[in-house]
Amino acid sequence: MIINGVTIDKTFAEAFPMKATRAIITAQNEKWAMISAQAMTGFATSVIACGCEAGIERVLSPEETPDGRPGVAIMIFAMGGKGLAKQLETRAGQCVLTSPTSALFAGIDADKQIPLGKNLRYFGDGFQISKLIDGKRYWRVPVMDGEFLTEATTGQVDAVGGGNFLVLAESQPQALAACEAAIEAMRKIPNAIMPFPGGVVRSGSKVGSKYKALGASTNDAFCPTLKGITQTDLSPEIESVMEIVIDGLTKEDIDKVMRVGIRAVCDLGADNGIRRISAGNYGGKLGPFHFHLQEIMA
Amino acid sequence: MSALTFTLKNRPDQRVDMSPLVCQKLAGLTPAEIGALELQSGKRKVRVDALFNIAGADAQNMVIKNSFGKLDFIGKALHGGSIAVEGDAGAYLGLGMAGGTIHVSGNAGIFAACEMKEGMITIAGDVEDFLGAALPGNKMGMKGGTVLIKGNAGERVGDHMRRGTILIEGDAGDYCGSRMTAGTIAVMGQTGKYLGYAMRRGTLLLWRAPHLSARFNDCGAHTLAFLPILFASFRQLNSRFADPALAFNRVRRFGGDLSEMGRGEVLVKM
Repeated sequence: MIINGVTIDKTFAEAFPMKATRAIITAQNEKWAMISAQAMTGFATSVIACGCEAGIERVLSPEETPDGRPGVAIMIFAMGGKGLAKQLETRAGQCVLTSPTSALFAGIDADKQIPLGKNLRYFGDGFQISKLIDGKRYWRVPVMDGEFLTEATTGQVDAVGGGNFLVLAESQPQALAACEAAIEAMRKIPNAIMPFPGGVVRSGSKVGSKYKALGASTNDAFCPTLKGITQTDLSPEIESVMEIVIDGLTKEDIDKVMRVGIRAVCDLGADNGIRRISAGNYGGKLGPFHFHLQEIMA
Repeated sequence: MSALTFTLKNRPDQRVDMSPLVCQKLAGLTPAEIGALELQSGKRKVRVDALFNIAGADAQNMVIKNSFGKLDFIGKALHGGSIAVEGDAGAYLGLGMAGGTIHVSGNAGIFAACEMKEGMITIAGDVEDFLGAALPGNKMGMKGGTVLIKGNAGERVGDHMRRGTILIEGDAGDYCGSRMTAGTIAVMGQTGKYLGYAMRRGTLLLWRAPHLSARFNDCGAHTLAFLPILFASFRQLNSRFADPALAFNRVRRFGGDLSEMGRGEVLVKM
């Protein structure tokens, strides 16, 4: 398959089941809601070493938030429910509770509830106040700038993590420009995040390493500087490869986001140095969710 | 199916215990069976059909017509469904109610919504003392649900209240929020003496400046983020509380009762 001069490989991305949640951070203005959201979703690029994958889903207008202030929706993904709950709570405690003027609310309804501010209330040292409003429990925790308002719990849902595609370009600036265009388009789609810095990862990994202590190492088949000395997957004109990883609530959400992202890259086309779109997988043996690029773009 | 309607024939001299006439107890009964039920009135038992004309069949939607202030225990332990009271209600309206709705078009007597657990009670007129309170000797009053009073309330509103919301469009009498453990009482009108007497926790939300005892200390003026959420929860009510123009998030906060735990609060609109 070729779109605008860009070859779409006959391959697939392989993704895994994860647990996910969404929270809404509000503040006096969008600037401070975003600062808090960025802190809460920081150091959360990969479950390999961060414990979770997290990102900003979108900015919310005052009409969309529970307290009528500007807000930001964030999503957190983890391999299991326990890990998710731990990450959510520690991040909320260190990054939102501490952030000036912030408030924190549940962002998703689900039967399974995990603590959001339920345990953060103890920071109030007995001065915290509970309010049960329309069946939802809120905690008001006195803090030095006034009160930290938080919903007690948020929902936990089954999700999919690890959707991805690779952008193969003739130069590093062209690969980055294409990924930036893709991310801008992909961020408009709800229910998904791209957890790496700026949504883009330049150090895609393969499973295993020559070093026993490491479970993952550089994806040498896609490293352009190793073209001549390894079992490469790159043709001579490829000078740079970048990857976009997507976590979403459902397979359909990831399908949609990948389609939009690949379309944005292809719109730049071969004229802008984009030669191929590929994807990372493990032979289909590890992850139950397969995203076939040509099917997505058909 | 039309609402199950009880129309009072004549006003009895003695008070009547209406607790057998709640939706869940009448479901599946024929009009004849309902008419044969007995209600305690003073020291006598009186058949329902001797007191009321019975019409309709939908026990989930009950109407009590020609009601007056001696019909006690209306909606006692109601689990679901609705009861519309046309006229006044006696004492213990919605005692221990666990769900459903009660609407009174007139006034209600003492201990309305007493130890209520869930559901909604609306009283279009005034209500007497001990609204949402605990029964004498008990330690826990209203534990959930919402009570809306469009008129005035008597003394001891929310005495020993544990959870839930009481909304009063008019005035509240003395000892409003006394011995409260938690929950929210909002009063648009005046409040009486001894506001929040021995209050441990909970919120008294006021539109007008109260007379506060020395056991409450001024904590200053604040903009509280939970208030817009609280007011938004009132929007579906047929009440002045639903009016966005009357909502606010800027309050002066008083903490007390400091002779007790002191974790209660009086929030006064600024």
